[in-house]
Formats: sequence, structure tokens, C-alpha cells
Amino acid sequence: MSTALPGATIDATGPASPGGRRPGRAKRSTPRNTLTGGAGLGLGISVLWFSLLVLLPLSAIVARAASGGWDNYLNVLQNDQTWAAIKLTVLTAAVVTLINIVMGTIIAWVLVRDRFWGKSILNVIIDVPFAMPTIVAGLVLLALYGPNSPLGLHWAFTEKSIYLAFAFVTLPFIVRTVQPVLEELDADVEEAAASLGAGRVTIFRRIILPSLFPAIIAGATLSFARAISEFGSLVLLSGSRPYETEVASVRMLSFIENGSYASASALASVLLAVALVVIVALDLIQRRVARRG
Amino acid sequence: MVRVSLPTRWLLRVLAVGYVFLLVAWPTGLLGYRTFENGTSNLLDTLQEPDVQSALALTGKVALVAILINLVFGVTISILLVRYEFPGKRLLSALIDLPLSVSPVVVGLSLVLVYNGRDGWFGPTLEDSANFPVIFHTPGLIMATTFVALPLVIREVVPVLHEIGDDQEQAARSLGANSRQTFWRITLPSIKWAVVYGVVLATARSVGEFGAVKVVSSNLRGKTQTATLMVENKYQNFQQDQAYAIAFLLVLVSIACLVVVALLRPKTEE
Repeated sequence: MSTALPGATIDATGPASPGGRRPGRAKRSTPRNTLTGGAGLGLGISVLWFSLLVLLPLSAIVARAASGGWDNYLNVLQNDQTWAAIKLTVLTAAVVTLINIVMGTIIAWVLVRDRFWGKSILNVIIDVPFAMPTIVAGLVLLALYGPNSPLGLHWAFTEKSIYLAFAFVTLPFIVRTVQPVLEELDADVEEAAASLGAGRVTIFRRIILPSLFPAIIAGATLSFARAISEFGSLVLLSGSRPYETEVASVRMLSFIENGSYASASALASVLLAVALVVIVALDLIQRRVARRG
Repeated sequence: MVRVSLPTRWLLRVLAVGYVFLLVAWPTGLLGYRTFENGTSNLLDTLQEPDVQSALALTGKVALVAILINLVFGVTISILLVRYEFPGKRLLSALIDLPLSVSPVVVGLSLVLVYNGRDGWFGPTLEDSANFPVIFHTPGLIMATTFVALPLVIREVVPVLHEIGDDQEQAARSLGANSRQTFWRITLPSIKWAVVYGVVLATARSVGEFGAVKVVSSNLRGKTQTATLMVENKYQNFQQDQAYAIAFLLVLVSIACLVVVALLRPKTEE
């Protein structure tokens, strides 16, 4: 399941050996184009299909947002309700990502280094938010934190419900990026450090954490991007009250339902820009840490 | 490996298990409990309703078509990306991941902008000349579902294709097999499990898609209301028991997918 996490890039640029009917194999000097007739046709159809389904529609959003010029963006961003929705979404997503960094790392550590009865069940449950339909995720959270809560917690329709929903849908990301790295981590280094007199805290801070850091950052990026675009789980859970529990995706939907596609497109591109800024920022932090370490 | 003191270990264990229990396990268990609170009659009665049946059938149909499309194009694109060199290959492989990082509402909006019958780029032509309405009809639902599940098969197949290399394929070709024989006899059997995986993941995603489908659906009962849309609708109409019953079925599908993946995973890693 872990390899299916969104965002972990497909490495198609690795060693590709030439197909076709050329005699011999030249590993280094692969020609730029090795398409045979049939493969070329397949590529053409595939790219056409991909463009019609994904590329053209997504560029239509950019085109529609840009067609109104800066006024369109200003109008959307100056609307108090929209601004409140963006602020709520981004702040909550940031807090939930921080929670995930701590809890995700702990869960990954427990899954790799600890041994106890039911660990394999825990391992499967981690993936449940990933496979569960988002609308059902909202319903499920409503069962425990809603009006008939057996815990007596009435978090539905409050700001807390948004934290819950974001935490639920983003739970697997950091666990699944940190877990494999932790499994590969060489115990020798830790033992060497211990034999040289390093305490547990020092070993964790100086040896384990630096090796996990890239994975944690990668997971945090995925988690943040997922959270700011979350929609389904909030529909039933948050009540979507303007200024209080309305997130950006819900705001976008109400623009769409009112037929104001230009505003919806502008908001969509703002969210996309926020996601890009965060991805770049986290990447920079990771590089800086890698250089120092 | 450096040992962590017993109290710390217990603290971390309790933290991890408690967090997952409160956030995922208990709520999900409660869903099952609420569904069967009054015996099995709730689930069975809900399944008797024609609207529910047609919603489930629609979800099945849409998911099946979307999975088939993604299966064919997923395998084709994976082979092209791994086995061939062509200009723009890196760009294509980067763009393939796009659907996973876009909000479902944005997916729906993007399809509406291009294919709606009033002022879309292609919508009016398709609707008037070809009599093929997309948005607010089943084709739109299929497109939205295909869109969101698109990268899943490719992500599973590409690494396996890299790993197995093309020695066997070249051997087959040098012995006179044509490309179709090579594909069916050599390539497909060796990527079989990765394809199955990708299809299982795509199934979970396709059956459960909500946001993108909501935007492109007219949400008419018996026409374009899928199972996930019906969960929302039933819950908001205070038919909560029925909402729980349908949601329970959807959870069964997703957990079945997880179990299949968990059972298959070790096989492919050997």
C-alpha cells in the first residue's frame, strides 16, 4: 500500500533499455526516440486520451481564472467569506501536519521497533483512511464525535471537526513514508554511538532524526497538500458554516453551484499556489538540513 | 539496535495505539455497530429500496468502466514510459501524478469547464452534434472517476517493469516472437501482480469517489446518484440508518481491497 501514496514520484527516467529491433544494446547512448510504429500509435492515443481527460480540463481552470485578469483574483480574495475559508483551511492543515509529524513518526517507530500483540492489525488499520470513501470518513467520525457520541464529545459542526477530518484523511502519509526508512536504518551506527557513550536522547537527536528527516518532510508535504484540498469528509461533519467551519473546497463548490466558474477557478488556482509554495519551502528546508548533516 | 527504556516504550506504544484507536478504529467500529443496532433488518430493508439498488448498480457500472479504461491505458503508458525513449517522456511521467495532488472539487470543476453543454469548450458540440451529453450524465461520472484513479495502475506497474528488465523480452523477440506474442506471453505474466494491485487500489478509489462526482452529477435519484452521493443525501434527509447501511457496504468494499493488498503484497516482494 505504501508505494501507492500520492506524490511519491514515478521514476520513469531510470535505466530504460531501447526497445525496437536494434542489434546490440548501447546503455549510455540511448537514442532520443526508440518508438516503433505500433508503439508510436499507442503513445499518440494515450497522450490524446490523457490530454482530453486531464490536461485540457486542468488548463481550462487556469484559462478561466486568468480570463478575468487580476480583478478576478482580487474580487475573490477580497471577499471576507472566501478569505476566512482560505485562512481556516491553511491554518488547520498546517497544525494537523505538525500533529502528523509527531504522531506519524511515533506510530512508524512503534510499527518498526516495537513488538506486541496486534501490531499487524495496527499496520492494516493505518491504511483504512486511505481506502475509505471520504464521505464515509465524515460519517464515521460523526458516529464517535457527533450528536450521539458515546464519549460525550460534541465536536461536530465546530472548528474541532475540521482538525478531526484532516487528521483522519492524512494519517497514513507520514507513517508510510517514515516506516520504510526506519526499517532500512542501520543499527550499527546507533550501537557505535552508544558504545562511544552517547545517551538515548543524543542518539535519537543526532543519528535517528537526521536520517528520518527527508522522509518526514516528504510525508508532511503530502499530508499538507491532501489536507488543504480535502472535501468529502467535511460535508457531513463540519456543517460548513460561513466564517466558522467552511473550508476552501466547500467554498469552491458553492461558487460552482452558483455558476460562478471564474471565482471557483481563481480560488482553485490560489489553493494550488499555496500547495506549491509549501512544497518548495519544505524542499528548501530539507536541502538545508541535508547540507548541514 | 539501541534499547529504549521500558517506560518510554510503553508510553510510545500507548500513544500510537490510542491515537489510531480513537481516530480510526473506534469510529469505524461504531459505523458497523450503528448499522446492525437493530439486527440485520436495517441493512436488508435498505437494500430492498429500488433507489438504493440503482445507486449501487450505478456505482458498480461507473467503477467498472473507469477501472477498465485505466487498466488498458495504465498498462500501455507504463510500458511506453519504461521501455521506450521519446521526447517529452520526463514531462509525461511527471504529469501522470497530477490527478493525485488535485482537490476532487477541482477535478469536477475542470471537467465541467470543458464538457458542460452550455459554454464548455467541447460540451456544446458533443451535445448538439453527437447527441452525447457528458456533464450531469453517466459519461461525466465515468470521466471524473477515471481522472481521480488514473495514476494508481501506472504507479504500481512502472517500478516492476523497471525491475524485471527487458532481457526476456529481447530473447523472445530474437527467437522470432512478434510484439503481440511478447506482450501476452512474457511481459504481462511478469507484471501480473502489479497490475492486480493497481486494479485493486483503483477499485477502492473508484467506488469511493465523492467530490469530483458530486460536481459533475445532477444527483438525480435513480439516474446519476451514486452510492457515495446517496450516503450524503440520506444523512441530510434524516434517514441516518439507511446512510449507515450504505456506508457500511462501501466500507466493506474498501476493507476488502485493503485485505487483498495485504495478502498479495508479500507474494510480489519475494
